[in-house]
Amino acid sequence: MEKFSKISGVAAPLPLVNIDTDMIIPKQFLKTIKRSGLGVNLFDEMRYDRQGNEIADFVLNKPAYRQAQILVAGDNFGCGSSREHAPWALADFGIKAIISTSFADIFYNNCFKNGMLPIVLPQEAVDVLMKDAEKGSNARIEVDLESQTVTSSDGQSFKFEVDAFKKHCLLNGLDDIGLTMEKAKSIDAFEAKAAMERPWA
Amino acid sequence: MSPKTLYDKIWDAHVAHESEDGTCLLYIDRHLVHEYPVSDVRQGIVHIVGPEQGWTLPGMTVVCGDSHTATHGAFGSLAHGIGTSEVEHVLATQTLIQKKSKNMKVEITGKLRPGVTAKDITLSVIGATGTAGGTGYVIEYCGEAIRDLSMEGRMTVCNMAIEGGARAGLIAPDEKTFEYVKGRPHAPKGAAWEAALSYWQTLYTDEGAHFDKVITIKGEDIAPVVTWGTSPEDVLPITATVPAPESFKGGKVEAAQRSLDYMGLTAGQKLTDIEIDTVFIGSCTNGRIEDLRAAAEILKGKKIKVKRAMVVPGSGLVRAQAEEEGLAQIFIDAGFEWRLAGCSMCLAMNPDQLSEGERCASTSNRNFEGRQGYKGRTHLVSPAMAAAAAITGHLTDVREMM
Repeated sequence: MEKFSKISGVAAPLPLVNIDTDMIIPKQFLKTIKRSGLGVNLFDEMRYDRQGNEIADFVLNKPAYRQAQILVAGDNFGCGSSREHAPWALADFGIKAIISTSFADIFYNNCFKNGMLPIVLPQEAVDVLMKDAEKGSNARIEVDLESQTVTSSDGQSFKFEVDAFKKHCLLNGLDDIGLTMEKAKSIDAFEAKAAMERPWA
Repeated sequence: MSPKTLYDKIWDAHVAHESEDGTCLLYIDRHLVHEYPVSDVRQGIVHIVGPEQGWTLPGMTVVCGDSHTATHGAFGSLAHGIGTSEVEHVLATQTLIQKKSKNMKVEITGKLRPGVTAKDITLSVIGATGTAGGTGYVIEYCGEAIRDLSMEGRMTVCNMAIEGGARAGLIAPDEKTFEYVKGRPHAPKGAAWEAALSYWQTLYTDEGAHFDKVITIKGEDIAPVVTWGTSPEDVLPITATVPAPESFKGGKVEAAQRSLDYMGLTAGQKLTDIEIDTVFIGSCTNGRIEDLRAAAEILKGKKIKVKRAMVVPGSGLVRAQAEEEGLAQIFIDAGFEWRLAGCSMCLAMNPDQLSEGERCASTSNRNFEGRQGYKGRTHLVSPAMAAAAAITGHLTDVREMM
């Protein structure tokens, strides 16, 4: 997995609550299990008309946001299904961090498995960053995972919380399975004990 | 020992490794990946087939690469929907990296009124707490109205814990649970059954156990409900009117306006005046035998007024049983399509899709934009309410037809 430490980039504003995984990547793109190539279909039904032409006023179609690396969105981003295609599509587009007041749980976890950082901030902070994002390509927002801060283009800094283990994995680009395998002895011991105690399972 | 919740007990019994920061490796008993051939009568939606075949047992940890894995919580098993990377992790290590969630109790007291079903309970809870209300929590559903539900009804309730934002939903196993599980193909037998049963009987929340959040709803206050918008939290009793966006707070004002535009509705319009084109009965939420019975009960001897109506049983076995009970004939006589088992129009990954502007009363679980087809309009309802709408051609209070 790619390491994540610090990014400075354009943030696209998506001031909608409850952006769901069907919006992020509609069902017709779920037939692949490849992690790459889905960026072009990110937000497909909001981004293109039925003929496949871009809808000009959708944020990611605007010239200022075509290279966006950050999304600023409303409450409960990523609700809905467990499809990992949602973070895959975002990552493939080039999004590295998403800022919201809250995320749906499965989506939140899925982000970290794909080198992406979901950032939870209070409403006031999200409001400031949303305004900042609306300024377009002249406003670069900085995300620093090491110091757990987001800084707006005019220098306002917001501290965010992130689980220490998830942070460690992201900073070092560590693979979960590799780390868990180091604890194989504990798992084997547990399994042997469970086989005695709950043989029916 | 301090009192524990049901979630605490199952969690504690599955921690294979705990790091200093509280990150755990949770041992996974069941990873639902089994496939039956399409021609096999046991084929169907995993969340219906798993319990049917006895793969799902109380006290287990269950995972599956689908968010509605929450369904299996109805058996008092801790069931998580997971993404592809986590699927890989479970396949490689038989564990899931997790931190413990908080405990939330949702209590439904007393009795339900006639015409009110498990679907109305679970939608009403989401209506009350919001789609992010359960974020960070595992919900335990309890109370008399939950105890009174059949296993099918309990599965409907837990199924939509995910729409409420929760990591999982749970219901403590009881005699009904054990009765349902007993004799299933993959349930323990003989001495193993006795051993399992005595363990399962310890799976309940201890008196005085701590919950971080408690929601209590009176069963008698729950009405047959319907969703008006594009989020499962947009829930109202069928007797209500379409809300005005200004009646909401914060970002929900714009979201509600967007929903009304998408749904083609006007604030103040009576929900019962909303005309329906299509009715879909099925899905992992409401594709079980009890659901088909409830719909057939309303449809018996009647004809549909909607353009299109379909029943898609959740499994081949549900389908066979419904044929045996004569339900299939009731649906067919009423004008429904009687389909083979699957997910169909809930996910709309196959050609069962709504067209632009087509309005559907659906027993599925998500009314998101485009969920059932590009620009399709979904109203989530119970199977009985779906049947009522099929007969009248508009959203209808099923209590008037009983």
